[in-house]
Amino acid sequence: MNEDLVGSAPLSFSLPAIEFRDVELAFDDQVVLDKVSFTVDRGQTKAVLGGSGSGKSTIINLVLGLIKPDAGEILIDGENIVGFDDQEMMEVRRKIGMIFQEGALFDSLSVYDNVGYRLNEEGIDEDEIEHEVKRMLRFVDLEDAIDKLPSELSGGMRRRVGIARALIGGPSIVLFDEPTAGLDPPTARTICELAIKLRDLEGVSSIFVTHEMTNLTYLASEYAIVDRKGTVLFAEEGQDLCLLNTEVIMIRRGKIIFDGRIRDLQASDDPYIRRFLRGK
Amino acid sequence: MLSLAGRILTELQEMTLLCWRCLKGLRKQPRYIDEMIFQMDKIGVGSMAIVTLTGFFTGGVLILQAYPTVQYYGAQASAGQGVATTLIRELGPVLTALMVAGRVGSAISAELGSMVVSQQIDAMRALGTSPVRKLVTPRVVALMVTLPLLTIAADIFGIFGGGVTARQLYGLDTNVYIQSVRVGVSIEDLMGSIIKPAVFGFLIGLVSCHRGLSTKGGTVGVGLSTTNAVVTSSVCVIVADFFLSKLLMGLFKSTLF
Ligand SMILES: Nc1ncnc2c1ncn2[C@@H]1O[C@H](COP(=O)(O)OP(=O)(O)OP(=O)(O)O)[C@@H](O)[C@H]1O
Ligand SMILES: [Mg+2]
Repeated sequence: MNEDLVGSAPLSFSLPAIEFRDVELAFDDQVVLDKVSFTVDRGQTKAVLGGSGSGKSTIINLVLGLIKPDAGEILIDGENIVGFDDQEMMEVRRKIGMIFQEGALFDSLSVYDNVGYRLNEEGIDEDEIEHEVKRMLRFVDLEDAIDKLPSELSGGMRRRVGIARALIGGPSIVLFDEPTAGLDPPTARTICELAIKLRDLEGVSSIFVTHEMTNLTYLASEYAIVDRKGTVLFAEEGQDLCLLNTEVIMIRRGKIIFDGRIRDLQASDDPYIRRFLRGK
Repeated sequence: MLSLAGRILTELQEMTLLCWRCLKGLRKQPRYIDEMIFQMDKIGVGSMAIVTLTGFFTGGVLILQAYPTVQYYGAQASAGQGVATTLIRELGPVLTALMVAGRVGSAISAELGSMVVSQQIDAMRALGTSPVRKLVTPRVVALMVTLPLLTIAADIFGIFGGGVTARQLYGLDTNVYIQSVRVGVSIEDLMGSIIKPAVFGFLIGLVSCHRGLSTKGGTVGVGLSTTNAVVTSSVCVIVADFFLSKLLMGLFKSTLF
C-alpha cells in the first residue's frame, strides 16, 4: 500500500483526481447545477454538504457519467469525460467505486455475488474472486453474511455490503452518497472510519456526500495510522489543527457557496451556513 | 396533439436505439449465455402450462362452434381442417403471444422497472456492465427462441383439444378428424407459425424492456410501466400480425405458385 502512495505522489501535484469546470445542468426548466467548479486532489477527501435537493447526488452521478451536463467540463484524472460514450465511460468507471444512497444492491444476488460482481464481470477466476470477496467483507466486518440475500440484511449491513462492492478491485476514486443516512451513531462511525482508512492508508481520492455534521468532524479531525503490530489506530488531530487532505464544499440550490477547510467553514459568518451548522 | 405525436416519435426513436444496442450486444463479449439460458427456462418452461391450456380450450371451442355449421353442409369430415388452419395460421401464434405478453412482458418490465427505481441499473453501469447487454439482449433472444416453441405446443394442444371435443360431444371418429387435420396443415402455414412468433417475441421483449428501463417515479412508476408494457406489446402483436400475414401471403405465393 505504501509503495502505491509513493508511486502516485508525483502525480498529485500535476493532475487532480476530479475536476469540475463551470458545470451546468437543468432538468426541464429547473436548474439543478449552476456553474459548479471544484477540484478533488489525489488522495484528498472532499466532503459535500448541502440540504436535501441541493444537487449533491447529481454531482456524484455526473462524475460517474450516469447523466451528462448541459455545459461545462468534468475531468477525471485529466480526461474530459463529457463527450464519452458508454463504452469509453466503462474504462473510466473501472477506477471509480460508488456507494449509493440507498445501497442499490442487486437483490436477486447473494452478498457474495454482489461483492464479487465487478470481478466476475471482468472474467477473473473464481478462486481469486472468493479470496478478494472474503477480504473485502472482513474489511467491512460482515464475514458472516456472505451467503445471505440482500433482503435478509439490515439497512446498515446493506450499506456496508455496498461499500465492499464498491471497493473491490481497488478503485482510486471512491464516491460516497450519504453513506450514513439513517444509521445509528456507532455504525455511522464505522463507516467514517472506513473512509478515513481509505484516505490515509490507501491514498484514495473521494467525494463524501453528507448532511450530518458529526461525520464531517470525524473526517476532518482524525487520521488513521498503522502501528507496529499492524493494527489500525485512529488518532485525533489537535483541537486547532485541521487535516490538509480533507476539505468541504457547501452547496445550496445548485451553487457552491463555500469551498475550503472545515475550520473556515465553522468560522464563516454566512447566515445560511451558520444555520446549517447549528441546525437553527 | 403535437406533443402526443412528438412523444410517439421519441418512443419510436428510443426503441430503435435500444434495438440497435441490443443487436450490438449480441456481437460483443461477454454474451451472457448463462443468463440467456436461464431466461429461456423461465419464460419457456414457465409459460408452458398456460399456453397449452389456452391452446387446448381454443381448439375445443373452435370445434364446438363450427361443428354444427359444418354438419349442416354435410362436411363433418373436414372439421379438423378448419381447426388446424385457423390455429396454425392465426390463433396459435396470436393467442400464445398475447398470453406471453401478459405473463412475461409484465414480469420483465416490473423487474427492470424496480431495478431502475432502486438504482440497481445505475449500480450496474457504475460497476462497468452495460444493462442492455446484460439484461435486454438475453431476454429478447430468449423470447424469440421460446415463443415459436410455445406456439407449436399451443397448436398441438389446440388440435388435440378439437379432437377431444369433436369425439366427446359430436361423436366424430378420431381417424376422420386426424385425416382432415393433415389436409389442413401446409408447409407454408407451418413456416408462418414459426416466423410470426419469433417476430412477436422480439416485439414483446423490446417493448417490455424499454418500458421497464424508462420507468420513472418510484413504485407507482413500476406499476404504470408494467401495465403499459402489456398493453403496448399486445397491441404491437395484433398490428404486426396483420402485416406479417399479408407479407407471408405474398412471399409464399410468389415462391410456390
Ligand atoms: N431525474 C431527475 N429528473 C428531474 N429532476 C431531478 C432528477 N434528479 C434530480 N432532480 C432534481 O434535482 C435536484 C437535486 O437532486 P439531488 O438528488 O442531486 O439532491 P440531493 O442533494 O442528493 O438531495 P438529498 O440530500 O435529498 O439526497 C432536486 O431538486 C431534484 O428534484
Ligand atoms: Mg442525494
